[in-house]
Amino acid sequence: QQEGLDDGPDFLSEEDRGPRAVNVDLEMDATLQVDISDALSERDKVKFTVHTKSTLPNFKQNEFSVVRQHEEFIWLHDSFVENEDYAGYIIPPAPPRPDFDASREKLQKLGEGEGSMTKEEFTKMKQELEAEYLAIFKKTVAMHEVFLCRVAAHPILRKDLNFHVFLEYNQDLSVRGKNKKEKLEDFFKNVVKSADGVLVAGVKDVDDFFEHEKTFLLEYHNRVKDASAKCDRMIRSHKNAADDMNRIASSLYTLGTQDSTDLFFFLKLIVSVLVFALKKIEARVAADEDLKLADLLKYYLRESQAAKDLLYRRSRGLVDYENANKALDKARAKNRDVLQAETNQQLCCHKFEKISESAKQELIDFKTRRVAAFRKNLVELAELELKHAKGNLQLLQSCVGVLKGNT
Amino acid sequence: MADTARDPPPDRTDFHEVEDGEDLFPEPSAATPESQPASLSAVDISTNANGPKQDSFFDDDNEDLFAEATEEVSLDSPERDVLLSDGPSPAITPITPPTSVITPRIGHTHDDMFTHSSFDEIEEEEGGDSFDVHISVSDPEKIGDGMNAYMAYKVTTKTSMSLFKQRDFAVKRRFSDFLGLHSKLASKYLHIGYIVPPAPEKSIVGMTKVKVGKEDQSSNEFVEKRRSALERYLMRTVKHPILLKDPDVLQFLESTELPRAVNTQALSSAGILRMVNKAADAVNKMTIKMNESDAWFEEKQQHFENLDLQLKKLHASVESLVCHRKELSVNTAQFAKSAAMLGNSEDHTALSRALSQLAEVEEKIDQLHQDQANADLYLFSELLGDYVRLIGAVKGVFDHRMKTWQKWQDSQMLLQKKREAEAKLQFTNKPDKLQQAKDEIKELEGKVQQGERDFEQISKTIRKEVSRFEKERVKDFKMIIVKYLESLVQTQQQLIKYWEAFLPEAKAIS
Repeated sequence: QQEGLDDGPDFLSEEDRGPRAVNVDLEMDATLQVDISDALSERDKVKFTVHTKSTLPNFKQNEFSVVRQHEEFIWLHDSFVENEDYAGYIIPPAPPRPDFDASREKLQKLGEGEGSMTKEEFTKMKQELEAEYLAIFKKTVAMHEVFLCRVAAHPILRKDLNFHVFLEYNQDLSVRGKNKKEKLEDFFKNVVKSADGVLVAGVKDVDDFFEHEKTFLLEYHNRVKDASAKCDRMIRSHKNAADDMNRIASSLYTLGTQDSTDLFFFLKLIVSVLVFALKKIEARVAADEDLKLADLLKYYLRESQAAKDLLYRRSRGLVDYENANKALDKARAKNRDVLQAETNQQLCCHKFEKISESAKQELIDFKTRRVAAFRKNLVELAELELKHAKGNLQLLQSCVGVLKGNT
Repeated sequence: MADTARDPPPDRTDFHEVEDGEDLFPEPSAATPESQPASLSAVDISTNANGPKQDSFFDDDNEDLFAEATEEVSLDSPERDVLLSDGPSPAITPITPPTSVITPRIGHTHDDMFTHSSFDEIEEEEGGDSFDVHISVSDPEKIGDGMNAYMAYKVTTKTSMSLFKQRDFAVKRRFSDFLGLHSKLASKYLHIGYIVPPAPEKSIVGMTKVKVGKEDQSSNEFVEKRRSALERYLMRTVKHPILLKDPDVLQFLESTELPRAVNTQALSSAGILRMVNKAADAVNKMTIKMNESDAWFEEKQQHFENLDLQLKKLHASVESLVCHRKELSVNTAQFAKSAAMLGNSEDHTALSRALSQLAEVEEKIDQLHQDQANADLYLFSELLGDYVRLIGAVKGVFDHRMKTWQKWQDSQMLLQKKREAEAKLQFTNKPDKLQQAKDEIKELEGKVQQGERDFEQISKTIRKEVSRFEKERVKDFKMIIVKYLESLVQTQQQLIKYWEAFLPEAKAIS
């Protein structure tokens, strides 16, 4: 990328090649590699080309691709959540729905206002909006890819049958979005969960590790939420300032070109360069922050929620186990249905222990992943900021030099 | 009036109505209160024959209650106001300028015309005492209480020029004094084509806050903004070689006591008359159709129209940027706090530390933006505001030229009529009337000649003024841009320092 000539964030820079798992530091396992090799944006949907390379015997070929839409990703995610066997794992958070509404609206408004602005202004604005659209597009592709990579890297989830079908079956999976009834059911499930969550959270855990994790996650999740929101606001302000700079740029440019005074001629050139530089400065900062900070925070907001969900499931399991114990005691006391109660109790015990065991490892892994992701992104943020600041400095210094030289 | 016009008092003014009151609309346009098509009285030059006939940049920058109304009436360029003098002359209301006033005026202008050209020469010889005046406006001090309170500013002049009595001196002035000064200068120099720098705008809201004693950030900002604007106004005024030597200016800078500028209030009877005249004048302006024979003027007029539009647009964008930067500052500070909190709750030590460092970096960056970049951006915005008003003055000067032309044409037409009338009288037997006609014709011929000379003179003056204005404009903008760029350079250098300090912390996370 040539310094100063690109008009948007460095999406195609080297940092983003290869696994676009910006937020997750994953080991790429040769036995199963998944990525999104292509994506197509149609009027109201996005079509992702999911590309798999695998040496596992489960698949018919070693390398193949299918086309999937967002709803199919959600179906896969939900199937994990609903699978009791996976209760003890952090389910990778579902990718957010591709949202081009804002961008589309802006493009539409631009089209409507075409008559009221000069051809230059229109072309420029169109370019900017298109760049914005492209940025959103790239982001949604990255989010979907991260989800798949997380699943592929998980020792248990990667073996899931639905996942294999998702990767391999080259017909439409015919999963429809949830209808109203199902959405309502989901809603109530969540309501119950949070009420439960409050109850369950009150019970102090015997196990120190989990007790600490619970406290930690509850607070952490809230803080990440707050940081994510404030980060978004900050970036929005930056973008507003960048837009203003753009307008100032065009005004200065028009002033410069309209002015017939000889004296102003030198300024004309310098002004154009200057203005170009100023635009870059604002826009880049916004882009850097957006890429590294905002996405990171948003992702960990979702992940920490998934971790919380795991803890909740374990707590639920614990409650069920304790209830089963109580039921067994009662049965023994009354000497009725003891066998049934015993079986149930054993089942709950087994379930709970299974969850606890895997949960512990999951949470430890979560921490490792989190620390690695933050490290990677913070380092990259600092490096990007430095790179741009140095570039800007050079540009500004040469501008000042020329201006001062032309007294 | 005529007498005062003859004497060389420090403030000889044309009797223009000036809208100078506490205006609610900071419109940089003021209508020239010439209510008469003949507008002879209003356009008379009143510069002192001895006084420095300098290029004065008349800037009519009056906010007046009906500025907007005037705007609607007039076609494009804002009407300029020439300010009423606060000197010994009473509030003149030249709605019906008595003809008796005209005659001595003409005689006077006759003199002035000669001195005009001679002063051009003197001006060029004036190279001896090179420009060395530095004015600062400082120490705003609230005097009084309640609604009668006002801010007094210290005006300090440091100079080595022989024009002044001392080398380093200061006086106390209030805002209306500045307006009064502008008023006098405008009335003296505007109509002969000098671009008088506009005085800073009035602000009812701002001043009320100060009066009421509200000691918050916005009222402090307001006072600082005003102080700075007053300083720029004075510096611009004295940079003008003609204005610098004007006795009113010297008096303003030097004398301890200054007669209160009383006619600067909008709702005095003078104020109301001014408004009426302004409106009338606007109507008049629409009807003047000048045959522009000089392409230079046509081109320049167009140029200034465009410049006006562009500057206004630029000004609006810069103000918006200043606003968004403030917002950004607030949001960055909030994010920094949030990141610090996140760092606190993070249980991995190194990451926790890194997040706290990130928070600190963001905080420092915010401070950086506030101190450096924003401050200079703000200066840029203020400068643009000044120029939007200055352009108004320039356009005003062009309008005056048009009026001067009109005056000349009118006299010519009148002369024509009188000649025809005289021709008719030849055949009647009325020797008295004939003689009277002949006298009138003679007088008119003089007037026509004078009109032509006036027109040529104002055209000449304007050319010079415009050239000077353009030079100053380029210099000003260049300086501001360089300053802003330099502050940006500093900002980037600081940013580099901060991020370089942060990077090892981020890398230390393991």
